[in-house]
Amino acid sequence: MPSIAADTHGVAGHAHHHHALQHHFDNLEQQKESSTLGMWIFLVTEIMFFGGLFLAYTIYRTRFVGVFADASHHLNVTMGFANTLVLIASSLTMALSIWAAQINRRKLIVFFLLLTMALGATFLVVKAFEYREKFVHHLVPGPSFNQEQFQHLQHPEQAQVFYSLYFIMTGIHALHMVIGLGVLAWLLFPSWKGRYDAVYHNPLECAGLYWHFVDIVWIFLFPLLYLLGAHVAQGH
Amino acid sequence: MNTNVATTSLHPGPETGSERPNYLNAEYGLKSWLLTRDHKRIALLYLISVSLFFALGSMFAILIRLELLTPQGDLMQADTYNRVFTLHGVIMVFFFLIPAIPAVLGNFLVPLMIGAKDLAFPRINLLSWYIYVLGGIFTLYAMLNGGVDTGWTFYTPFSTSFSNTHVIATAVGVFINGFSSILTGLNFIVTIHRMRAPGMTWFRLPLFIWSHYATSLVMVLGTPVIAITLLMVAGERAFHLGFFDPKLGGDPILFQHMFWFYSHPAVYIMILPSMGVISELVAAFARKRIFGYPVVAFASIAIAVLGFLVWGHHMFVTGQSIYAATVFSVLSMLVAIPSAVIVFNWTATLYEGSISYQTPMLYALGFIGLFTIGGLTGTMVATLGFDVHVHDTYFIVAHFHYVMVGGTIMGYLGGLHYWWPKITGRMYPVFLSRLAALLVFVGFNLTFFPQFILGYMGMPRRYWSYPEEFQVFNILSSAGASILGIGFLLPLFYFFFSLKYGRRSGDNPWGAIGLEWDTTSPPPTENFYTIPVVTRGPYEYTPEEVHDRRKQEDPVA
Repeated sequence: MPSIAADTHGVAGHAHHHHALQHHFDNLEQQKESSTLGMWIFLVTEIMFFGGLFLAYTIYRTRFVGVFADASHHLNVTMGFANTLVLIASSLTMALSIWAAQINRRKLIVFFLLLTMALGATFLVVKAFEYREKFVHHLVPGPSFNQEQFQHLQHPEQAQVFYSLYFIMTGIHALHMVIGLGVLAWLLFPSWKGRYDAVYHNPLECAGLYWHFVDIVWIFLFPLLYLLGAHVAQGH
Repeated sequence: MNTNVATTSLHPGPETGSERPNYLNAEYGLKSWLLTRDHKRIALLYLISVSLFFALGSMFAILIRLELLTPQGDLMQADTYNRVFTLHGVIMVFFFLIPAIPAVLGNFLVPLMIGAKDLAFPRINLLSWYIYVLGGIFTLYAMLNGGVDTGWTFYTPFSTSFSNTHVIATAVGVFINGFSSILTGLNFIVTIHRMRAPGMTWFRLPLFIWSHYATSLVMVLGTPVIAITLLMVAGERAFHLGFFDPKLGGDPILFQHMFWFYSHPAVYIMILPSMGVISELVAAFARKRIFGYPVVAFASIAIAVLGFLVWGHHMFVTGQSIYAATVFSVLSMLVAIPSAVIVFNWTATLYEGSISYQTPMLYALGFIGLFTIGGLTGTMVATLGFDVHVHDTYFIVAHFHYVMVGGTIMGYLGGLHYWWPKITGRMYPVFLSRLAALLVFVGFNLTFFPQFILGYMGMPRRYWSYPEEFQVFNILSSAGASILGIGFLLPLFYFFFSLKYGRRSGDNPWGAIGLEWDTTSPPPTENFYTIPVVTRGPYEYTPEEVHDRRKQEDPVA
């Protein structure tokens, strides 16, 4: 028995097509649900991606407790804390840009996007200073790594593992920030042109989801790398 | 052919079809293909590139089988041989087996089967193909500059600190290629959730869709882990970041855990879509509803989930705790349950079915045979004591070729033969295609069954030479490989031939049920002239007279 065919695209349906509706979706609602779901699934893949690093961190930290605590003591907690505040503030301004879209204020969207980008850039600049400090102190893994400062510990070579993890985790996080800045820059022009309003602002929302995710990764990185074991090291 | 099946066409129109607008004649020119967002055209782009990589991987297989004809190393020495089997593995696993069915058949069929105009993200779909090509270019670069010799598993610390070959370029190639896989899986999940036609409930979905849903879950959850693992390998090799090399304070076993966390489920990325194809073929050519449809659907999900819990069975000899090994062993055997459920349900579907041995059905039956052997030897190697005996021998090589290669190739070729009329509107030569199916089945068994015996006798894998008592079985294996090669070449030729000279197939040459058969062949760019409304399950095949009787009794039906 054949399926009954019916045309869901009535004349009325065509009349109400939104300018942003892509041809293969029935309506804006379906398009919005699809892109939001797609973004969430993408974030799941990101969790698995960072998850590999968090796994390696967890295993080595439980195995090399002393070295990791001592090595983490060389990180700059003040800069890390300042960056945490900067990122949390950027998440707020990102959310406010979506709110601006919901109340149809296109200039306000652009303002908050620019503010978010400025905060994101601040984070990267602070991070660059932190990296510079590590180069100066010979804490970058590789031939120039100064193992001397960990000689009093049982397995000084394991301090390199901590800094390898520090650099790859914060490095990939910073790369995600750069990509995020690119995405926000991409959204500036259509926002200014008034493409996003209360009815349609899905690209903003997806970019926001991504931005918040990158912030949350940092919320985990900061205590794990900078704070955990700080009291142990002070006991030396 | 097809005399015993009724051909029904829903869309009255000229059967010649050459003027009828379809996705192939909608636009012409290279640009219309390279910038297309049509899932059907992207599927064909994948078909071409996947076939090229298959040919490349096969060339390395030929070199392996030629070298192993004789006990001594006369064609090449150890160094060359290491590169040859590594490139064979890398290309076949990452650039053929994993993308083959999802990216070609899945791309083409998922929207058609659920009654959608396209995948949810057409541009991301095209992007995934470009990412695949870019990953391929990196791997080809590594190949042309002398290759890589780590084995497809990239085991540390050899890969990070000792190998003098192009590990980074290859790892980057595989890393990039992984994103193509992730994007395909993401696209499928969203499409299946959000783009189904009115009335297409979850339990009216064809099993092909269920198995692709399960596959997509594995792609999305597993692939990022291999990505980060390979990035760590590249980081250790290039910048001396200490992760896996004991000299730098790392642990090489951690690499194996992270590698197999993806690479074991990756086997299910290869086999699950194939199972979906076989379910379609068995129902269509037995003309029966799939026995225990919801059980098969959930069994595919169960395989995907269990697949994530068994990676440790690749590491029984790494010195992992005996308790961990026991748990991994038991969990591995659990995978046999949903797998066997699916095989038994196919068998029960065949029982008292009206079976016609069309070419696709030959592949389906071949799949059941090969998968049964591969699966049963799988429970053997999941047994701790036995695995220690055959670890790193040809028994393992034979086992995973039966499951991964036998499973994927039979499903892929069976699916291509089944949907070729849908894809091109043309039919291929019947006799030649049946002969090819037979050659593939015979050639495959002759190639790989002797390897079980070799492995059990103790021949280790990855060696270019071997003691003389192993030669007989190696000759058998190489002979089988040449038959297999002819079996693969034949479809290549007659598929090309059919594009121009093949008989026009009509919309539904098999008389099969499914939304993809309700539209024209080849389908129009938008897939359906009108959005279908689904009112029944996926495999409601009924013998004609029963069908008529039902109609009389229940005029509403």
